[in-house]
Amino acid sequence: MLEIKNLQVTVDGREILKGLDLTVDKGEVHAIMGPNGSGKSTLAHVLAGKEQYEVTGGTVTFDGVDLLALEPDERAARGIFLAFQYPLEIPGVTTMNFLRTALNAQRKKRGEAELTAPDFIKRVREASAKLGVDQEMLRRPVNVGFSGGEKKRNEILQMALLEPKLGVLDETDSGLDIDALKVVADGVNRLRSPDRAMIVITHYQRLLNHIVPDIVHVLSRGRIVRTGGKELALELEAKGYAPYHDEAA
Amino acid sequence: MNADLRPIKTQAETALAEAFAAAKERLPGGREVAARREAAFHRFEARGLPSRRVEEWKYTDLRALMRDAKPLADPPGRARPQALADALPGIAARRVAIVNGVYVPAWSDAEAGDPGVTVTDLFTWLADNPDYPLDRDSEPIDRALALNSAFMTGGVVIHVKKGASVAEPIHLAHVFSGEWAAAMYPRTHVIVEAGAQLTLIETFDGPAGLDYQVNGALVLSVADGATVERIKVARDGAAALHLATIIGSVGAQANYREFTFTTGGAVTRNELFLRSAGDNAKIRIAGANLLKGRQHADATLVVDHAARGCESREVFKSVLDGESRGVFQGKIIVEPDAQKTDGKMMTQALLLSDTAESDNKPELEIFADDVQCGHGATAGRLDENLLFYLRARGIPPKEAEALLIQAFVGEAIEGIAHEGLRDILSERVVAWLEARQ
Repeated sequence: MLEIKNLQVTVDGREILKGLDLTVDKGEVHAIMGPNGSGKSTLAHVLAGKEQYEVTGGTVTFDGVDLLALEPDERAARGIFLAFQYPLEIPGVTTMNFLRTALNAQRKKRGEAELTAPDFIKRVREASAKLGVDQEMLRRPVNVGFSGGEKKRNEILQMALLEPKLGVLDETDSGLDIDALKVVADGVNRLRSPDRAMIVITHYQRLLNHIVPDIVHVLSRGRIVRTGGKELALELEAKGYAPYHDEAA
Repeated sequence: MNADLRPIKTQAETALAEAFAAAKERLPGGREVAARREAAFHRFEARGLPSRRVEEWKYTDLRALMRDAKPLADPPGRARPQALADALPGIAARRVAIVNGVYVPAWSDAEAGDPGVTVTDLFTWLADNPDYPLDRDSEPIDRALALNSAFMTGGVVIHVKKGASVAEPIHLAHVFSGEWAAAMYPRTHVIVEAGAQLTLIETFDGPAGLDYQVNGALVLSVADGATVERIKVARDGAAALHLATIIGSVGAQANYREFTFTTGGAVTRNELFLRSAGDNAKIRIAGANLLKGRQHADATLVVDHAARGCESREVFKSVLDGESRGVFQGKIIVEPDAQKTDGKMMTQALLLSDTAESDNKPELEIFADDVQCGHGATAGRLDENLLFYLRARGIPPKEAEALLIQAFVGEAIEGIAHEGLRDILSERVVAWLEARQ
């Protein structure tokens, strides 16, 4: 589904990703762990298409298409979803309006009919009930005045409604207490399906107790330096990232 | 430098003097009114059109922007202009037609059964109230207002009686409908007695191809405990010059709120001089300008807190595309006795192009010591990170921009109490954005 080969990316002239390889098949959940500054968030943003990240080499293929040639909104319509580490606040746009605009824009791009209002509302109600998002929050402007937990839940709600093929979760656990973490993880787990892949980016192992990955990668200094099963996360928790600094150096 | 030293008359100043000399005999009103017109014209003529050297007109150099003065518009013809019906379709209101600056009862809604309010022809009313103030008689003399006082071509006086609540808004539909460019000087007096309530809507419409000129005045008196909302929708033709001045006072415990929405006109200047004359009044002055091409729109306001415990809020938003220019000058004065004043002013401009310009000049003159006053001004582009967030959700760039611009303007529109107007103006923002793409 997703094939990244020798990806090199610079940000403000600084090389962050230095030849990253990663293959993700549908139905799989990959965890990418690594120390601060290793390039985790850069990978997430490059997949979503953020302009400030300059790809200087390598390829990214998604369902056989050159992903790097697509605009961010085209990527989204083809099924890429980035759950932001720091979801943005949009004053003046209600969550409901935002969700409907996004969903219908994607459907339009895929040549599907826009959802009728009752149909849309039904879907939002179902998805938000599962995530414990109350209706009042949907009427408020997107993320304005939301707590950290509410913002992350709102990201997962968007993912549930937009039904991507590939969800990229960028440090979704950051800033969450353990209760909020469980709610978010449960929401993510419900979205696991044989047709959907996920890349879970995290600094800490604790998220992976709740979202159990199939494969764990260690990212260090812009490259994947080790790949293993879910037990690798536990090893990292015990030994820290220090050994990989040496390996990459 | 000698302040009396003035350059030679501009073409527009000469034309104004000629127009006044030619028109003063046939302008409506009795001898009293004629004398007041004459005095007002002298007030104007002694000063001339303001240039950028006059501080209040620094960003709107009327001497340069007003190339000529148009002759007075002819009275309206026989055919009812379509623009009257198109001004605010779907809004239930009592329509008052002001065409070419003249009140046209035949095209206005008949006296409804609302006993609390009267709408009277301006000159009929002035004949009975010869001493009613037309102008600010003290310095600073406002030159645009002085011109209106000299030339006023027609209008109405709206009088809401004590304690009356006017169910339907009154809609003053100003339309220019001429074959050639001309000038109109409509004037409205609004008197809202104690405890009364009124929603006043003013629309301005005119053809796109004519560089006609509007100079409107509104004299407003909001008595103690009254509640007034005024909404102005200026959709003049793209070549029009639009000057408008409000002078008003707001009484104790009264609530006055207004919103001005400007999308039309080549050059627009809205001036407001408001005095909170009684304790604990609440005032909200808001507006939104959506400009493109070479449009220029200026909101200049002075809120004078003369009584205790009054609250004033100013919220202005500008969306500036092309080479347009948005000007905001807001002054809050807190007089020595106006303790416990709470005044806040916020103005924000969104620049959609590299060549658009926003000028913001907030001023606070505070002579009391126990007050809360603040102001803020921002100007900038759409937030790239926000745009990316929307695009990462599948929203195409133009749509994402439109959504953010709507949200930006929406924050100001939300403050309108009249729901129907809120909806119509939101739709007009969408239409403006669609026309831009």
